[in-house]
Amino acid sequence: MVGIVGYGAYIPKNRIKVEEIAKVWGTDANSYKKGLFVEEKSVPSPDQDTITMSVEATLYALKRAQIDPKKIGAVYVGSESHPYAVKPSGTVLAEAIGATPDVHCADFEFACKAGSEAMFVCLELVRSGSMEYGLAVGADTSQGAPGDALEYTAAAGAASFIMGKDNLLAEAIETYSYMTDTPDFWRREYQYYPRHASRFTGEPAYFKHIIGAAKGILKKVKLEPKDFKYAVFHQPNGKFPLKVGKILGFKREQLDTGLLCPWMGNTYSGSSPMGLTAILDEAKPDDLILMVSYGSGAGSDAFIWKVTPKISEVQNKAPKTKDILNNNKTYIDYGTYAKYRGKIRKAE
Amino acid sequence: MPAPKYWREIPQRYRLEGAKCKGCGQVYFPPRLICSSCKSREFEMVNLQREGELLTYTIIRVPPSQFTDQSPYAIGIVELDRGVKILSQIVDCDLDKLEIGQRMRIEFRKIYSEGEAGIICYGYKCVPV
Ligand SMILES: [Zn+2]
Repeated sequence: MVGIVGYGAYIPKNRIKVEEIAKVWGTDANSYKKGLFVEEKSVPSPDQDTITMSVEATLYALKRAQIDPKKIGAVYVGSESHPYAVKPSGTVLAEAIGATPDVHCADFEFACKAGSEAMFVCLELVRSGSMEYGLAVGADTSQGAPGDALEYTAAAGAASFIMGKDNLLAEAIETYSYMTDTPDFWRREYQYYPRHASRFTGEPAYFKHIIGAAKGILKKVKLEPKDFKYAVFHQPNGKFPLKVGKILGFKREQLDTGLLCPWMGNTYSGSSPMGLTAILDEAKPDDLILMVSYGSGAGSDAFIWKVTPKISEVQNKAPKTKDILNNNKTYIDYGTYAKYRGKIRKAE
Repeated sequence: MPAPKYWREIPQRYRLEGAKCKGCGQVYFPPRLICSSCKSREFEMVNLQREGELLTYTIIRVPPSQFTDQSPYAIGIVELDRGVKILSQIVDCDLDKLEIGQRMRIEFRKIYSEGEAGIICYGYKCVPV
C-alpha cells in the first residue's frame, strides 16, 4: 500500500475581487462572476513566490505526517512559475525543511499538471521501495496579462503531500494518465505572459483530457461515480469543474467540498491538489475520492484515494484549507495588485 | 549582502537553527562558539519555535535602496516561545494595528533579490497570527 501520510495547503492572504479588475478594463464583472463562476482570487504579497508558499504548505504537511524530514528521499516541486529559469525550487524547499543533503530534488513543469505529476512520481518511487517518503508540491503564482481573460482567475497557492507506505491517511488505490499533444495554452522562453488559443480551450483540451482520464481510471477499478464521496477536478474557473463533473455523472454535493476556485482563483499546479487538501480536511474513514488534474499541452493525471481511519487524528494538526481561504483576508485594489505583481513599468 | 554570506547563513535564515549549550542549556541565535554564561564549547543544534510575541517594533519610512518598494514597513524584535529573541521584518500586517505583546508567527519569505538578474535571498519574517 502507498499513499498520503501528510498534507498541507497555503494561500496568501491578499484577495482582489472580480469587480475591481473589471472596473479597470471596462468589462462586465457579472459576465465573469456568472459566466465563469469566479468571485475573487488570491494575490501573493511581493515577498512571496512558488518557493515560499511551498515551504509553508510543506511545514503543515510535516505537522500532520509527524515524520523526520531527513527520511524524505525526494523533493519535487511542480509549478509553471518557478522563481528561477535556471536553479531549482526543490533545493530551497529541501533545505528549508531540513531534508538535505541525502535527498533527490527535481522541479516539474507541465502547465497546471506539474503538481499532480510530482505526486504520481513520488507514489511510484515509494512503491518501488527506493525511498521511505517522497514530498510532492504543486504551487504557482501565475500571471495573466493585464486585461486578458486569465487575469480574472490567475491566482496563488500551494499544496504539499508527503507520500509513504505506513500510517497512511489516504491510500492511492489507482492512478491513470491521459495525454495528447494539444496546443491550447503555452509560454515561450523569455515571454512574460502565457498565450492561449481560444479554439483549443475547453472541449478539445480541458474536457477531452479530464473525461478521458476519469473514464479510464473508473474502468480500471470497475467503479462508478456513485461509489465516490468526493470528486475534484482541475479548476481554471468555477464553471468547468462543475460542468465536467456533471458530464461524468457526479452530483453537486460530491464536487462542492473540493471546489475552491470561485473564492481563490486558479492556482494552476496547485489547483486540484489544493482541492484534495480541502476534501481531506473533512473526509471520513473509507471515503473514496476521485482527483483529476489537467495541464495544457495537454494531459490529465487521475488518482483514486481511499481515506483511512488515521485521517481524524491529523485533520486538526495544521490549519485547514478552507479556514486559510476564508479567514484573515485582506482585499486590495487594482493599483496595489499591479504593484505587487510587478505589472507597473518603472524607470530602469 | 554578498551571496557567500547569505549562503553560509542558510541554516539560520531558512530553518532557524540555534545552538543550545550542553553545559547550561542557553540557546544562542545565531550560534556561538563559546557559551557566554558557562564558557562551554559544546552545543547541540535546535530549531527555534516558529511562534512568539512582539516585544517592540519600529516603522521604517526611509529604507535602504533595495527595500524602497516595500516602504513603509515594520521591523520588530520578537521573543519566540522558549525564550529566544529575533530581529525580523513584520509583514502582511496593518502598520496602524501593530501592538506590543501581539502574537506573531514565522513565515518563509523573500528577503530581497539582487536586482533582476541576481540571486533571490530567502529567510524568515514575522506575520501577525
Ligand atoms: Zn552554557
